[in-house]
Parts: sequence; structure tokens; C-alpha cells
Amino acid sequence: MVPNVLGRMIPEEIDGRKLKPFMGAHSGHGGGRKAAPPIRAVPDYADKLRASLDEAIDACGIKDGMTVSFHHHLRNGDYVVNMVVDKLAERGLKDLTLVPSALFPIHEPLIRHVENGVISHIEGSMNGPVGRACSLGKMSRACILRSHGGRYRAIQDGDINIDVAFIAAPAADHFGNCNGHSGPSACGVMGYALADSLYADKTVVITDNLQPFPVFPWVIKGGNVDHVCMVDKIGDPELIISGTTRITRSPTRQLIAEYAARFVRDIGLLDEPDFSFQSGAGGISLAFLKYLGDIMRERGVVARFARGGSNRYLVDMLEEGLIEYILDGQCFDLVGVRSLRENQRHLETDPFTSYCYHTKGNFAPLVKVGILGGTEIDVDFNVNVNTHTDGWLLHGIGGFTDVTDSQITMITAPLLRGRLPVITDSVTTVTAPGEVIDVLVTERGIAVNPARKDILGRLKGSDLPVRTIGELRDMAVGLSGIPEKPDYEERVVALIEWRDGTVIDTVRQLKAQT
Amino acid sequence: MSDSVKTRAGREGKKGDLAVRLTEKDAGGIEISVESSVGHMFGQQIEKTVRETLERLGLENCEIAIDDMGAFDYVIMARIEAAARRLRKIEGPGCIPDRKVDYGPPRRERLRRTRLYMPGNNPDLMRNGGLYGADSVILDLEDSVSPGEKDAARILVRNTLLSIDYFDCERIVRINPLSTEYGSDDLEMVVPYGVDTILVPKCESAEDVKAVEKIIAGLEKKHSLGYEVLIMPLIETAKGILNAYETGAASDRVVALCFGAEDFTADIGAERTKEGTESFTARSMLVLGAKAAGVQVIDTVFSDVQDEEGLVANTEEAMALGFEGKGVIHPAQIAPIHAVFSPAPERIEYAKKVVAAIEKARSEGSGVATIGSKMIDAPIETRARKILRLAEALGLLEEEKNEMNGKTGGGS
Repeated sequence: MVPNVLGRMIPEEIDGRKLKPFMGAHSGHGGGRKAAPPIRAVPDYADKLRASLDEAIDACGIKDGMTVSFHHHLRNGDYVVNMVVDKLAERGLKDLTLVPSALFPIHEPLIRHVENGVISHIEGSMNGPVGRACSLGKMSRACILRSHGGRYRAIQDGDINIDVAFIAAPAADHFGNCNGHSGPSACGVMGYALADSLYADKTVVITDNLQPFPVFPWVIKGGNVDHVCMVDKIGDPELIISGTTRITRSPTRQLIAEYAARFVRDIGLLDEPDFSFQSGAGGISLAFLKYLGDIMRERGVVARFARGGSNRYLVDMLEEGLIEYILDGQCFDLVGVRSLRENQRHLETDPFTSYCYHTKGNFAPLVKVGILGGTEIDVDFNVNVNTHTDGWLLHGIGGFTDVTDSQITMITAPLLRGRLPVITDSVTTVTAPGEVIDVLVTERGIAVNPARKDILGRLKGSDLPVRTIGELRDMAVGLSGIPEKPDYEERVVALIEWRDGTVIDTVRQLKAQT
Repeated sequence: MSDSVKTRAGREGKKGDLAVRLTEKDAGGIEISVESSVGHMFGQQIEKTVRETLERLGLENCEIAIDDMGAFDYVIMARIEAAARRLRKIEGPGCIPDRKVDYGPPRRERLRRTRLYMPGNNPDLMRNGGLYGADSVILDLEDSVSPGEKDAARILVRNTLLSIDYFDCERIVRINPLSTEYGSDDLEMVVPYGVDTILVPKCESAEDVKAVEKIIAGLEKKHSLGYEVLIMPLIETAKGILNAYETGAASDRVVALCFGAEDFTADIGAERTKEGTESFTARSMLVLGAKAAGVQVIDTVFSDVQDEEGLVANTEEAMALGFEGKGVIHPAQIAPIHAVFSPAPERIEYAKKVVAAIEKARSEGSGVATIGSKMIDAPIETRARKILRLAEALGLLEEEKNEMNGKTGGGS
């Protein structure tokens, strides 16, 4: 084990893979050459349409130990991951590496395949039950958690070689062109499948809505697809998209959102040309949009663009003219899907254009302010979004570390969740280093990273409750007390990878509880 | 004593609260069992708090079972004390948490545009009450607490006053009327522990105020408080309205008279309407009584939390009648009410002109000032100065003050 620049202990090697310890958020440069998929010729794809998923799988020649990938735009309504892995298990395959861009509670059945040795480990992201299984040491190899941009980088750079990419497609033609704009399982944006389609040895498009050639826009190009097959349903529309994304009704969370919007106003961001922002679809983020919208309306400010997660509140702002463009990474509700389909100012993006650290297309640094959540933040502004204070691995990174490229990165969080203090002396797991986190907004005060003297200066004259993060920590811990530390085994069960491929922290196995 | 002496306290399965089962025994020391949603992170701390609380309450032999949903220590202490007091008489003041914030003595003069009501038996709601910018918070022991929980709520309110930072908010506790069995116990439990103002419901006469004052004064002396706790009578009956002036003038501690529409309409046998026609005369009379007594006057709550337009109209009417604030039942009501009670820029501008004209006239030795053709007399000056005081308190004059400081080099 060696310490990385944050002092977290990192194994030098794990499962035969040499690890590079994290050196700082922007210390890694490019170099080397991108990975490349095999060359196909015209006779190889005369007819891509397979009669069934079984035929498509068999046409790929999957063997023990191979790597298969999935995207998560169908979220908790996704049928495809379970469907495909069940079929791989039926074929007696073992030791597969799963590379999903995220997993959800609906993917709990995967745990059985982990226990049976069908899946050796997961690289990418995992939430809820599968994360819990990982914490208990059920995977035979260490998992790797990457951000959306980090996943793109790992695939592009050849850290992962995907043998077969399975792409669930709400609308596709027999040639493999597909998108998520329409069909019974419409999910809107489909950008997280881009890297898979570009770099996998074989790509299978699975759809429940086969259209005559050409399906357009071809978000995933047929030119990158080997096989296409039909199934009854790729997902449950009710769960793919939440019909109603809702603003939080908690007065405390509304207050946090209001402070966040006033912060944006008070530091003068709205007075600068080409204002832009990114905020997610959680309750606080949606309330932030409401307060921000009110302020922008009052001041006659129009944002040049907003980076989605699109949702109906963001779309309302676009349609009202408060935003000129939505650059969308995923659609959180049906209004977002409809807007993406119909509005030319609602643009589909992918991690290549917006998140990946090893591209010339990462526009995240152009975003003026990014609003994020987190499970813990420490007095050095390090943030944890992966584990809970009790040590359980329960969340993926999502786009979190990629959004920290914003010119100002803001964390919004309540000071306490129940009895649990959100601010600690040292986070359980570091997902993002304090050097990229600029401000924390809580209901009891706003703390600015002391490294950002410029922001502190711009806050002069604001009536927001500005405090130090130490003061906020004292307020939280003064009420709650300090939580006991989790009881770990020695074994590292997951690596938290920084955007550039270095390891920023590890997650250790939890002792089985009696 | 037999093992069968058992009590319960707290609210089971409620976030931020806990349920306590307590059994006193003849011997065997303290036996603790803790179930907690945060047990693996706070189990030891909870057990320590439970043990210390029981010891401080003088329970040496007992069995206690805690079912916790992430309650903070001061809540755990309050629920155990409630269970213990239900078990038997507790000698001494109880298990009182350390005081976390020192606010200084109550302030008579302050804005009271909004008073946010919070149910006194709900720790989770009370905890964040000071964050939303209300001028006052009301920890309620009366209507929002069921008769069976009055004893537990007053302990929780005491612990909350000592443990939670309400920043600049006035801390008001609404007690039960002294005519009930709860009223004087409420006072005893909260007066010594950091309350600014006692809200006295169903206040009908000067005698009602004096009776409360007598108990408060006794407690101040007993606990050597060194300051006077204030009184805010809540007028919510026909008789109360008719005696408003006497009630307001009954004690120097009275800072404001408040109107309670729900009980008032019941008392006069009318239906409560959104327009409030049934209480129009009463509210006007209350304003007269309060102003005659030289105290503030505060209107009732607006019950429809969703209807912001209605709230604003209702508040504008209250302001037009002479009220200086309203009760608030949800944080979302605070900002709209403050907006109504903040003087509009034109009014501030005019008030400044009035004061400038008067001062100019005085400096020239003339008693009469005019703006254009309008003569400025004493009431106009009084109103103008009041608006400027309010504007200053709300920070609406700050900009000019800075400018002036700039010009005069900070001197004046």
C-alpha cells in the first residue's frame, strides 16, 4: 500500500493490475494513442438483424472471462441487463466483467450471478443492493467505480476492452441506427452508450421498437453496430422515466436551494455575459431552478446554456426564454424527452463532448456553476458520494467528478441527515478532492473553500450566512456527536478512480454484522 | 415495589424521535436495550446518554428499552424524563441539558411581523424553526399537543430551548391557559430556561395577565434570572376583545396583543371565512385597545398554506387595519408577509422628504414645514419617522448610509 496525494492508502497492485495513485485533480496529461475496435468489411454485416436475443448473443461468441457492457438510460425500469446476464448464465459462462454505466435496485437479481461466479466484478457504477453485495465482499475481484467521463476515458484509453456491448434502444432500425427519442420505452438522451458502440469488439442493439431504415437522429450509428435484435420489452416505461420530478417540499431543503440561488446572484455570476449552469434532478436541485428562475426573470438575465439532466422545470425555463440551450446528458422525465425530440435548442450530449478528461471535447469547464449533492464533506472540502458514514458502498459516482470541472462547484446538502452529520473531519471515502470543491451550501450557512479567495471577495456585502466549514462542522457535531467508525476487514473490495485513471480512494469490505 | 410499574413515552417510528419503555425495579441496577436506526454509528453514545439521564433522575434500578429513529441527545433525555415522571415523582429540577446558546435578556422592542408556530411535541419540526427568517418562533404547548402528551411536550420544549440555536428569533412558548391543569406546570418548566416571551391563550382580562405575571415573577426570583420574561396575550373571545385595552395595559411585560380567529369565531358562533368579515370589528377594536395601551398588535394566522395570493391580500388588509404582524403556520408564508410589512421605496422616499423638510424648518426657526403645498404636521412627522425606523431595522436604508459615510468621511 502507498499513500496518494491525499494520504489515502492505495494498493500498488490489485488482481494483477498495477494502480496509479491519485496525484492531484489536474496533474494528468494526455499521451499515448486511443484504443481501436476491430475492422469490419462489407461482407461482415450484410444482414445485422438476428431472429432473437439468443441468436444475437450466440453470434458474438462470448467466452469465460470476457467483458460485457450496458448503458443506464432506462434507469430503474431497465429489463435488458438482467435479461442478457440471465442468458449468459444459462450458457454456463463464468468470470465475466460487467461494465454498466450505472446499476439500479431493479438489478438486484445480478447478486445471484455474482454469488454463482458468472460475474467476477463490476467496473463502472453500482447503486443500492449490488453495492451492498460488493461491500460484503461477494465479488471475486475488486470493483472499479468511475464517473461517466471516467468510464468513457477508460474505454477510449483501453483500460477496459469491451468484448460485447449490449445497447438497449427505444427506437432502432435493422442497420443498428438508434436513439431514445420515441417508442414505448423512450428515454430521451442515449449518450452513455456512445463509447461502448465506438470501442467494443462487438455491439448488439436490443430494441422493442424496430423501425424501417433510417432511424434518425442516429445517436448510435449503425456503422458501429454488429447485430440487432427485437425483444418484447426493453423496460418498464413507468420506471424508466419518473412521470413527475418534484420540487422538494421540505422547508429546510427549499432554504438550501434558495441560498444556492442567492449565492449565484450575490457573487455576480448573473451580471457576467454567457451565464451557464448545471444542476441535477434531486429535490434541492429542482428547487434551485425555481429560485434561480425567479431571480433571472427579475433581472432580465438569459443563460446561454444549461447542462442537463433535463426535467420539466429546466424545460420550462428553456421554453420561457430564460435559457437559450439545454445541453442534455440524460432526461429525467417525460417533459425532458418531449423537449429533446421537438426543440432544436435542446441538444443531446455524451461524455465525449462534455465529461471525459482525455478528450478535446470536454465542455464542462465552460459551465459557470455546477450544483451537486453529496453524502459527506469534510473540513478539507473532500466529498464522498459513494459510501455512507457506516461504510456501505451504495452509490455510483455518476457525473459528479466530471461536473467539478465547472468554474464554480457547489455542494448543496443539509447539515444533518437525521442524526448523521454531513460534515466530518475526514470523509469515509474520497470521491472528489477538496481542491475542486469551491463552496458548500447548507441550511445553517455557506462555507467557501479558503483557496477560493476570489469567491470570498465577491461575497462581500451579501447577507447570506457565510461561515467557515469548521463552524458548520461544530454546529452539526455539537448536536449529533461523532459517529463511530465502521468495522472493516482488510480486503479492498472497490477502487474509486479519479477522472484521469488514478486511484483516489478504496472501499474496504465490511465485517459481517451479527 | 413490584416489577409491574411500567411507563412509556415518546413517539414510535417518528423520524428524529424515539419511544421509551421504562420499568422500575427493586434492585439489579440499570438495564438498557437500544434499538436505533443509527445504532451502529451512535449506539454507544445513546447508551451513555440513557444511563446518565436515568442516574441524574435518580432511577437506580430499572429496565429501559429505547426504540430510536435518529433522535438527538436532548430529545432522548426529554423522552426518558417524561417516562420517569410518569412513573413517579422526580425530586429536583429533572435532567436539564447544558445551555448551548446565550441569547441575553428578552428584548421588548423588536419587529414581530411573523411568528412561526411549531408543535411542541415534534422535535424534528422545532429543530429548524429558527432558520426561515421569522421574527419570532412559537413553540406550542396548547392546541397542537394532545392532552395525554402535555407533560412530555413541555419537557421537550424546555430541552429544545436550551439546545437549539434560534439565532435572532424571539423565542415564544404558548402555554396552556392557567384555568387548565397544565398552565402553571408549563410556566414552571419553561420560564427559567431561555424563553423570551410567554404567549397566553384565551386571555380575557387584566387579571389573566396578572395571574401569569405573578407566577413568572416568582420563577424569575427563585431561579435568579436577572431579567423579565415578556408576555403576549392571545385574545380570542368576545370578552377578550372588549377588555383589550385593560389587558394590554395590565403589565409592563406585555409587548403585544395577538388575535386568534379560530377560537374567536367559535366563541361568537360564526363561521370563519377567508375574507374575515365576521371578525372585522373585533380586529379593529383589538388594534384600538393595543394602541391605547401602547403595545404592538398582531393578527391571526392565514390557514391556507397553498394560497399565497390570499395570504398577501389578507396581510395587506391586516396592515391597513393597523396590525404589525401575523401568525405563520408554514415557513413559506414568511417571505410574502415580510414583503407586505416592508415599506415600499416610495413611502421611504416620502418619509425622508418629510423629515428633511421638518428639520430644515426647525433649523430656520420655523414651526411649520411644507412639501409643495402640503403642510407637514406632527402626525405626519410621527408616521414618517416610524417608517424610517422600520426601514432602518430592515436594512433598507443601509445603502444611503454608506454613501453618506463616504461623503462625510465617516463622521456625522
